[in-house]
Amino acid sequence: MKLLSSAKMATGLAKAQLTLLLAFTVPSVSADWQLNMREGVTEISRSVYSLHMIIFWVCVVIAIVVFGVMLWSVVYHRKSRGAKAENFHENVYVEIAWTVIPIIILIGMAVPATATLKKMYDSSESDLDIQITGYQWKWRYQYLESGVDFFSSLATPIEQIQGKSEKTENYLLEVDNPLVIPLGKKVRFLITANDVIHSWWVPDFAVKKDAIPGFINESWVRAEKTGIYRGQCAELCGKDHGFMPIVVEVKSEADYQIWIKNQQLAQVEKAKSAEKRWTLDELMVAGKEIYTKNCAACHQASGEGVPGAFPALKGSPIVQGDPAAHIDIVLNGKAGTAMQAFSDQLSATELAAVITYERNAWGDSLGDIISPSQIAKLKQ
Amino acid sequence: MTTDTEQSIAADMQHDAKDHQADHHHGPAKGITRWLFTTNHKDIGTMYLWFSLAMFMTGGCMALLVRMELFQPGLQLMQPDFFNQMTTMHGLIMVFGAVMPAFVGLANWMIPMMIGAPDMALPRLNNWSFWILPFAFSMMLMTLLMEGGAPNFGWTFYAPLSTTFAPPSVTFFIFAVHMMGISSIMGAINVIVTILNMRPKGMIMMKLPLFVWTWLITAFLLILVMPVLAGVVTMMLMDIHFDTSFFNAAGGGDPVLFQHVFWFFGHPEVYIMILPAFGIVSEIIPTFARKKLFGYSSMVYATSSIAFLSFIVWAHHMFTVGIPLAGELFFMYATMLIAVPTGVKVFNWVATMFKGSMTFETPMLFAVAFVVLFSIGGFSGLMLAIAPADFQYHDTYFVVAHFHYVLVPGSVFSIMAAAYYWLPKWTGNYYNEKMGKLHFWLSFVGINITFFPMHFVGLAGMPRRVPDYALQFADFNAVSSVGAFLFGFSQLLFIYNVVSCIRNKNPATAEVWEDAKGLEWTIPSPAPYHTFTTPPKID
Repeated sequence: MKLLSSAKMATGLAKAQLTLLLAFTVPSVSADWQLNMREGVTEISRSVYSLHMIIFWVCVVIAIVVFGVMLWSVVYHRKSRGAKAENFHENVYVEIAWTVIPIIILIGMAVPATATLKKMYDSSESDLDIQITGYQWKWRYQYLESGVDFFSSLATPIEQIQGKSEKTENYLLEVDNPLVIPLGKKVRFLITANDVIHSWWVPDFAVKKDAIPGFINESWVRAEKTGIYRGQCAELCGKDHGFMPIVVEVKSEADYQIWIKNQQLAQVEKAKSAEKRWTLDELMVAGKEIYTKNCAACHQASGEGVPGAFPALKGSPIVQGDPAAHIDIVLNGKAGTAMQAFSDQLSATELAAVITYERNAWGDSLGDIISPSQIAKLKQ
Repeated sequence: MTTDTEQSIAADMQHDAKDHQADHHHGPAKGITRWLFTTNHKDIGTMYLWFSLAMFMTGGCMALLVRMELFQPGLQLMQPDFFNQMTTMHGLIMVFGAVMPAFVGLANWMIPMMIGAPDMALPRLNNWSFWILPFAFSMMLMTLLMEGGAPNFGWTFYAPLSTTFAPPSVTFFIFAVHMMGISSIMGAINVIVTILNMRPKGMIMMKLPLFVWTWLITAFLLILVMPVLAGVVTMMLMDIHFDTSFFNAAGGGDPVLFQHVFWFFGHPEVYIMILPAFGIVSEIIPTFARKKLFGYSSMVYATSSIAFLSFIVWAHHMFTVGIPLAGELFFMYATMLIAVPTGVKVFNWVATMFKGSMTFETPMLFAVAFVVLFSIGGFSGLMLAIAPADFQYHDTYFVVAHFHYVLVPGSVFSIMAAAYYWLPKWTGNYYNEKMGKLHFWLSFVGINITFFPMHFVGLAGMPRRVPDYALQFADFNAVSSVGAFLFGFSQLLFIYNVVSCIRNKNPATAEVWEDAKGLEWTIPSPAPYHTFTTPPKID
């Protein structure tokens, strides 16, 4: 893959063909020729895999028989071999046979499929409940029992996507904050969405459920092996549908408990930071980072937006006008548009930083500071 | 009806027939008015077919842009939003602009000639059905130039991505869909009225050629589901402009309702795109096997069963939306059942070939490839029907592979087969057989290189509708892209073959193919402007 990614492929077919040649001749490190579904690490995923293999072999056998007869006819019953056409064109018994036999095969298939499906639908008696919410274009995980609550978004740097730096092993399949679940426990997912329909999919768990605004879908997993499992959003959800991966880390029970504790502590720390006095420079630095992660996908790094789709912030009357209106739209979103309410998504400090950043970046330096404590008050 | 009125109608018909004979020397009008004002089924059929070819090329170019971007990981040529516009427009144009109009064009040309009727029953309606289309598609293509870009929410346009979160051009898309729907409904009415009322004496229903039968059933599907599509886009329009909340959860609406309504249209729609193909293949295989179609009546019943089943399987597109277990099971069983009548059709085609005396001219090559490759699409369809496994397949490239196998080497190959099969009848000239075969083999190889690897990346976990992908999918994607270019550029040969068939004189006989059966082969090649102005005798 080294050659593929380092070659600066901007345009041009000629160059593309050259790269293809290289791709075929140079053994690549991470690219592989995986052909089949993976078995996964749960009881469900294994029975899904076996259903997949059974139906696959059923198809193969039928194909061999049908295409075999056809190929035989194509070879032997051709005019150039002097074949004379026979007259038969109807046979009730044959018709009945090739109606009934497939029905029997299908019933044989439907029985195990039904059993697996029933198991998949039984999300009762869970040890742990996690609410998963799809946002354009990130996931939010809320642990209902312990109150841990965070967002998880793509960690692959934009330079790799644009081909300006080398693509690393987990390109597009890495996130800043993975979902962490304990080994061997039945974890129930309550899946919903905030804006459009997304779909939460981790192939190793055979869990794929649509995240639909206004609905809560259920699914569950009992992982049997610690490790990191990667998946992606599976339902077209707009521009960055391809850039909202899912990473799940399965930890042993003890490690999981430690992790939960740390998360809870960090959340308290975060809330405290609003009480500190922040300078403009500090807010600008923090704000830029938050802007890049949460806002730039639509409003662009330059603040110029995308005409007709996402409004520009640079020179916008809201950004340059009364801070109250600006704060309001960031905290509460704008109904009927893609503008989300960030009040629950970001901490008071983060909100203050990003609003301050928007008001002072791109040459429109208003010089005003939105203080975290001011936002904290509004959030209460 | 009394015998009296029957007699008087018969007398009228004879009278009409005489009148028509009197204007028999009337050819087509001169210049552009021939095409603008024509009510002739052959002219309208020709326009439909050229229109479809133009759209096939347009949609194909979009597919090639998509494949270019997917040639390797990373964003090379376009931004994700434009990529989404390309996949969306590609799908819409291929479904509504290429495949459906091609079948309507074939219906226009062939149904009157195959049942022995002088024209379609409603010729002015026929003219209008066609002429709506160029306007509908101009409007749809214009959205590419609008602020915010063209529709970017996939050809299935799931709400609320296509309502609250859509670019402003969605309104134009909605009106374009309305126009296409009107065109399809009128075309379907015309087909039904023609088949039910314009058959000469002796042409009983169970003597109708299978192409006519499959189209009759398709036309009923169209009339039943196109209004549903119109309904769903109208609800979108209301949500976008008139503050309703059909699909907006925040207003008490239901985003899943959209999918139910859409797929209630959408599943019959996919059969609308394959049933006429079944008909075409059922005409071509017997001709080149020199043997009567095996199981004619079971073919008719199988087609009808497929059409019926198409109305009770829609939610298999929605296995992951969270429908209750009982619903999931019902739709799984019903979907699996479709394999039965479809299997019957495939077995009948193979039985027709078995112990025949086959030759492999271009139409036959396409037809045989259809049977094999459509079956592969059928197999992956059966796999997708298994709901638990569908949780792994759904919305991955496995699905992309599946529906392209049934649509490209399925529907599109059948259309190509039909074009080569009937071109000599339409133009009066044989096409160049060598070039036809070259076109077939390049297409056949190209299509498999393009779509077969998609099964693998899908199973390995690549979601569909993504402009960029993880590194482990890189190799197969590069292969797919190469195949796509091979297939795409091979279609230039098709255009060349059609144009040279029209221009080069290589006169075809009336029968065209050795011992071909059917009324269309009893009239001279090229078919005169007016045919069967007196009803043929059917024995």
